[in-house]
Amino acid sequence: MASDYTDVLQKLCHHLKQFTGPDVEITPDTDLINQLAIDSVKLLNLIMEIEDEFDISVPINALADVQTVHELATLIHQIRTAK
Amino acid sequence: MSLLDKLDAVAAARKALLPEDVEVFGTPIDAVYSSTEAKIGERRILFLGTNNYLGLTFAPECLQAAHAAIDSEGTGTTGSRMANGSYSGHRALEQEFADFYQCHSCIVFTTGYQANLATISGLAGAGDVVLIDGDSHASIYDGCRLSGAEIIRFRHNDMVDLEKRLRRLGDRSRSTLIIVEGIYSMLGDRAPLADVVKLKDTYGSTLLLDEAHSLGVLGKTGQGLVEETGLVGEVDFITGTFSKSLGGIGGYCVSKHPQLDQLRYVSRPYIFTASPTPATIASTRAALRLLRGGTGLRRQLWQNVHKLYSRLDKLGYRLGPEPSPVIATILDTPQQALALWRGLLEHGIYVNLVVPPAAPEGNSLVRCSVSAAHSSEQMDYVGNAFSELRKTIFQ
Repeated sequence: MASDYTDVLQKLCHHLKQFTGPDVEITPDTDLINQLAIDSVKLLNLIMEIEDEFDISVPINALADVQTVHELATLIHQIRTAK
Repeated sequence: MSLLDKLDAVAAARKALLPEDVEVFGTPIDAVYSSTEAKIGERRILFLGTNNYLGLTFAPECLQAAHAAIDSEGTGTTGSRMANGSYSGHRALEQEFADFYQCHSCIVFTTGYQANLATISGLAGAGDVVLIDGDSHASIYDGCRLSGAEIIRFRHNDMVDLEKRLRRLGDRSRSTLIIVEGIYSMLGDRAPLADVVKLKDTYGSTLLLDEAHSLGVLGKTGQGLVEETGLVGEVDFITGTFSKSLGGIGGYCVSKHPQLDQLRYVSRPYIFTASPTPATIASTRAALRLLRGGTGLRRQLWQNVHKLYSRLDKLGYRLGPEPSPVIATILDTPQQALALWRGLLEHGIYVNLVVPPAAPEGNSLVRCSVSAAHSSEQMDYVGNAFSELRKTIFQ
């Protein structure tokens, strides 16, 4: 279970690199909006990439409580586990 | 952060993006002379940023009908139809829309925004799924949110992507509402409706088509994309607005399914909104008659569309993917878009400025809305202004 989460986190960080410079470190605590400057439209497009990466459906209503990388990784992990 | 601090943050973001001396959003219109001309400040301007596709806002038949309705029924209904009753004009307009689409039922709403809010939230609910195009209008997003259904987006007009997302839903695709638009408001392109219908049939889903920008514009009698593609019987629910080709305000939903009428009892935006004024209903009924018989208006509209689209294309502007009454000029930066918008206003031409995040793919848009009421000379004037401004915008 933990390794699944780690796998999700790694892949998520890879996708998030497109929003940062190469020398910016992304950690589980990184704030998606305030630190990575991901606006609402970029976040929705990111979700479509994530859906394809993990072959899952991520309802955008579920994003209301997501602020950090860890929270997004947890949401993806939960959806994968429930499949 | 307090509630007011949040609004201060909005003001700061707006200031960072656009200069304070420019009233880009909600530009004051000081007088209206006709369906294509108005006054901003001391300047006479050409309307090229309204959605008056058939130019009916000053049609004598509509004006006369509205005046007569005010005289006979008063200025407002003062309440919702559920609580305060249904006037004969409202019922007649619903019958006329149902006849127009050869559908079983129609519900009329007070705005086009409300039509989507009420229809989507009445159809879908908790446990259902709404599958929407990524470029959907805000009224669709808001209707989906109000419904409580799970909201999933597919890439704009990408049918491979739509099928992938339907497949992932498994059996849940049968309780899924797919939503597309006849003409998309940002880039003016159309949904690939035949392919959408095939997919919704294959996966047992339900389809809602929003004809807000295509009503009056597409199809022999102006039904919209359903008529242009011969698919009126294949779409489950069709919504639209009175505020564009019909030159008023309001919205509708028509359906071949008799269950549509039950939305009157479950859809909160319908139940709890005052119904349209008698004048609005009367002018819309007159406008619908003109729209249905408006072959000449559509011919004039499309002549204007092709003339302006090809001129801007030849000038080297990056445009939306196909000619349409919505002609979007795509700019790389908000600054370029603002410069073009200001330049056009200085030439006496009023258009729409759209900046991120409202515009797709992080672009900025200067959006023109062409009307059947525009003259050929006015289209030439607009083309010349774009030609002059190109040098300064891209220097």
